[in-house]
Amino acid sequence: MKETFSLKVNGQTHTVEAEPDTPLLYVLRNQLELNGPKFGCGLEQCGACMVLLDGKANPSCRIPVVGVKDMSITTLKGLMQQDGSLHPVQQVFEKGQTAQCGYCLNGMIISAVALLEENPQPDEAAIREGMQRVLCRCGTHTRVIRAIQSATETTNP
Amino acid sequence: MKSTYTRRKFLRDTGGLTVAFTLFSGCGLSAEKAPAVEGELPGSLSRNPKVNAWLQILEDGRVHVYTGKIELGQGIRTAVAQMAAEELSTDMDMIEVHLVETGVTPDEGYTAGSGSIINSAMSVRYAAAYARTLLLERAAKKLGTSADKLTLADGEVATSDGQQKLTFAEILDGEQLEEEVPASVTLKPKKDYQWVGKPIPRPDISQMVRGEPFYIQDLRFPGMVYARVVRPSAYQAELLEFDEAVLKQQVSGVLKVVRNGSFLGVITEDEYQAEKAQRILQSNAKWSEASALPGGLDLVDHLKSLPANSEAVEEADFQADENTLKANYFKPYIMHGAIGPSCGIALYEDGQLHVWSNSQGIYPLRNAMPEVVGLTAENIHIKGVPGSGCYGHNASDDAAVDAALLAMAYPGKHVRVQWSREDEHGWEPFGTAMVMELAANLDANGKIATWRTELWSDSHSTRPSGDPGNLLTAHYLKNPFAKKSYGYSGGGYRNSQPYYTVPQLKVDAHFFEGPLRVSSLRSLGAYANIFAIESFMDELAEKAGKDPLEFRLMHSEDPRGIAVMKKLQEMTQGQSAGEGEGLGYAFSRYKNSASYCAVAAKLKVDSGSGKIQMQRMWGVIDAGETINPDGLKNQTEGGMIQSASWTLREEVLFNEQHVTSRNWDTYPIFRFPDVPLVEVAIIDRPEEPALGGGEAAQAPSSAAIANAVYRACGKRIRHLPVTPEKITGS
Repeated sequence: MKETFSLKVNGQTHTVEAEPDTPLLYVLRNQLELNGPKFGCGLEQCGACMVLLDGKANPSCRIPVVGVKDMSITTLKGLMQQDGSLHPVQQVFEKGQTAQCGYCLNGMIISAVALLEENPQPDEAAIREGMQRVLCRCGTHTRVIRAIQSATETTNP
Repeated sequence: MKSTYTRRKFLRDTGGLTVAFTLFSGCGLSAEKAPAVEGELPGSLSRNPKVNAWLQILEDGRVHVYTGKIELGQGIRTAVAQMAAEELSTDMDMIEVHLVETGVTPDEGYTAGSGSIINSAMSVRYAAAYARTLLLERAAKKLGTSADKLTLADGEVATSDGQQKLTFAEILDGEQLEEEVPASVTLKPKKDYQWVGKPIPRPDISQMVRGEPFYIQDLRFPGMVYARVVRPSAYQAELLEFDEAVLKQQVSGVLKVVRNGSFLGVITEDEYQAEKAQRILQSNAKWSEASALPGGLDLVDHLKSLPANSEAVEEADFQADENTLKANYFKPYIMHGAIGPSCGIALYEDGQLHVWSNSQGIYPLRNAMPEVVGLTAENIHIKGVPGSGCYGHNASDDAAVDAALLAMAYPGKHVRVQWSREDEHGWEPFGTAMVMELAANLDANGKIATWRTELWSDSHSTRPSGDPGNLLTAHYLKNPFAKKSYGYSGGGYRNSQPYYTVPQLKVDAHFFEGPLRVSSLRSLGAYANIFAIESFMDELAEKAGKDPLEFRLMHSEDPRGIAVMKKLQEMTQGQSAGEGEGLGYAFSRYKNSASYCAVAAKLKVDSGSGKIQMQRMWGVIDAGETINPDGLKNQTEGGMIQSASWTLREEVLFNEQHVTSRNWDTYPIFRFPDVPLVEVAIIDRPEEPALGGGEAAQAPSSAAIANAVYRACGKRIRHLPVTPEKITGS
C-alpha cells in the first residue's frame, strides 16, 4: 500500500507517494528524476547508488524510503551551488577527466565528499580506505586518487 | 567547461521518435555483409561514401556529425568531433555528434576491436575534409571568384580581404552535400592541427559530474512502465509452471505477465514492483531438470576432453627433446562485469517497434530481431544510447530483445527492462576459458630456434550478427531459435604467434563448445595467449641466462616494438625491488598488427600468506597517430587496472546447476585498496596510421604481473587467477 512521505532532498522538501519499503534509490531516480545515484547491484556492494544521508555516504539501493524521512538527503545535483557552479570535488573530477564510462562517478564523488568532510587531509591509504565501497570497472582508480589529492590542495591551500 | 545540456535536450536528442528514415541512403547492408571494398578510404567510408552520410550542416551553422559507433566510455564522440572540427577549421562547440541509430547514421557494424578511431573517426576526417573542399567550391561559384581566393574557418567562407562572407548554411541554401568522397581528398596538413593530437577534455564528463541525464538508464518517457525477466534455473531448463495468482496477491501494480515458452517477463507500474514481482515469480516458477554442467571437475582436463574443431594456425616442424622447455597455462572464464546491469527500452506503436539500447552493434542487433518479434527490419528502429561500460559483447543486446518482446505484448507504452545484478553475473556471455600449452627449443647462443603452441578455446564471438540464435532470449521462446555451434574462432588464436623472431613456429588451435555461454571480451584471445607467451619468454630468458627485457629485445626486429620496450626500461630504471617485492615486464603488439604496448608491474608478495599487493604499473603505448592523448592514456591506464583485476582476482565459478558467481562478493574485482597506481607514456607517431588503443594493455599487463610475482617469491603461476593459495601451495 502506498503512503505519502515528505523527503528532504537537496535542500528542498518533496512529497512522494511510495510503498514504505521502496528503496530510496527508486524514489530519487523515478519520482524525483535525479540521475546522480545509479542502479548497480541492489545489494549495497558496488556504491553506484551512493547518496549523502545527513552528510554520510550511504548506498540508496536497499534503504527503505520510510527510514530516511527525517534525514537530509544529498545527490550529485545537490552538491552544486544554486547558480550551477560545481562543488570543489566535482570540479577536480571534471578537470582531471576522471571517468571513462562514468557510471561509477556518482559513487566516487559522493564518497569523496564524505571522506573529505571527515578527514580534510587524507593520505593515499586513507583515500583508498575511504573509497573502497565504490567499484569501478573501467579502471579509473588512479585518476580518482589523484583527483581527491588535488581536491585536498584546492580546499586546503 | 560549462555544460548547457538539459533534460529536455537529452530527451529530444535521445528519446525522440521524429526520425527521418529516409535521411540516410545506402544503409541496408550490415558492415559484415557489405562487400569488402577496401580502397584508400577508411572501410566505413568506402561502404558509405556520401558526405552527408557523415555530416550535415544545420541551419544555424552547427555541424551534425553521424557516427555508426556508440559511446562506451572510450570517448569516441570527442575523438570524432575533434576530426570534424579540425578539417572544417571550426570550434568544437559547433560540432554535435549523433551516435549510431538505424536509418539515420551509417551502419558501421560493431563498436569493437579498437576500431572506432580507425573506421569512424577516420571516415569523418575524410568526409569533413571533402566537405571543406565542396563548401569552398560552392562559395566560389556564389561569390564569382575562385576557391583558392577564399578562406574557410569558424563556420564561414570569406574572401581574403574579408569583405564578403558566407556561412555554411548560406552556401548550402538548405541542401546537403551528397557528393561521394573521393580517395584523392586533400586532408589538412598535420602541422596546422589545432584539435587533433591534443588532450581535448570530454564534454560528456562535464555532464556526468553534474548528474545530468546521459545513460539509457536515465531515459524517462511519459507513462513508461517497468519490467523484469525471470531467467531459468539453468541454461537448458524449461519453464513448467508459475503462479500468477500468488504474484498478484503479493504485488500491486502488476500490468501484465508475459510468457512465451520458457521466457517469462512481468510488467508493472513502478520499478520496485517489478523487482518484487521478479523475486516472487523466481520463487514460485518450476523448471525442468537440465543437463548438468561440469561443476566440480578439473576444468583444464574437461575442456581438453571436449570434441573440438582444430585449425593449424602456423605450420612448422617441431621436435621436442630433453632440453625442450615446456609450460602449460590456463585462463578461466572471466566476466565483463559492467557496473550498470543491462537495460533496454522499447515501444511498439502503429506497427513500428522502437528500441533504445547501448548494444555495441545496433545495426546487427536490428538485423537479428525481425524473426524474433515478427516484424520486418524496416519496421524496427533502434537508437544507440550510452550505457555503463561494457568491454565487449555483454547482455545489452539481450536486454534490448527482452524489452522488444515485452513491448510487443504491451503496445503503446515504453517498456523499460532492467536486469538484476544476479542475472547480469549469471547470464551474460563470458570471455571463454582457454588452455595454452607451449614448448620451445633454444639454440647454442640462447636464442629461440623452434616454438610450438597448442591452444584450446571456445568461440570469442557469439554477437547477434543478424542471427537470432545468438540472442539469449530467443533460445527460450515457444518457437526457439537455436544457438549456432561455433562463432568467430579467429579470436581464439589472436596473438598466439609470438611477435618475435622465431625461425620455426608451429601453432595449433582447438575450438571446443564449453559449458558456459561465451562471447567477445576485451582483447579476445590475446589476453590469454600473451599471458602464456610473455610468461614463457621470462622462463626462456631464465633458461638462456639473460635479462628478460634484453631477451625480448634480442628477438625483436620491429623498431616500434623495440622503442616501447626501451621507453619502459627508461621509465622503470630507478626502481629497485625490496624484500618480497618483484618487478615484471611484458610486451605485445595487439593482433600483431595494431598498437604496441609494453607494461611493467611492481608488487609485493607476503611470504606467509601469499597475499599479493600491487604497487605500481607502468605502460608505454604506440597507437600510431594519437587523436586524443588523454583519451588514449585513460584507456590504457584503465586497461592495465582491469587486466590486473582479471589476473589476480577473477574466475567465473559454476556448479552442476549454473553459474555461482552471482554478485560482487562471489565474483570479487579490484577495489581501491587493491589497485596499483598506474602511469602511461605515449609514443606518438603523427605520420603513421592510427591503430586504435582500447584493448592494447589487457594482454601484456597479465604477464607483467605473473613475471613480477615470480621475481618477488620464486613461484611461477601459470594457472590464472594468481591467488595467494597458489603461491603458498596450500
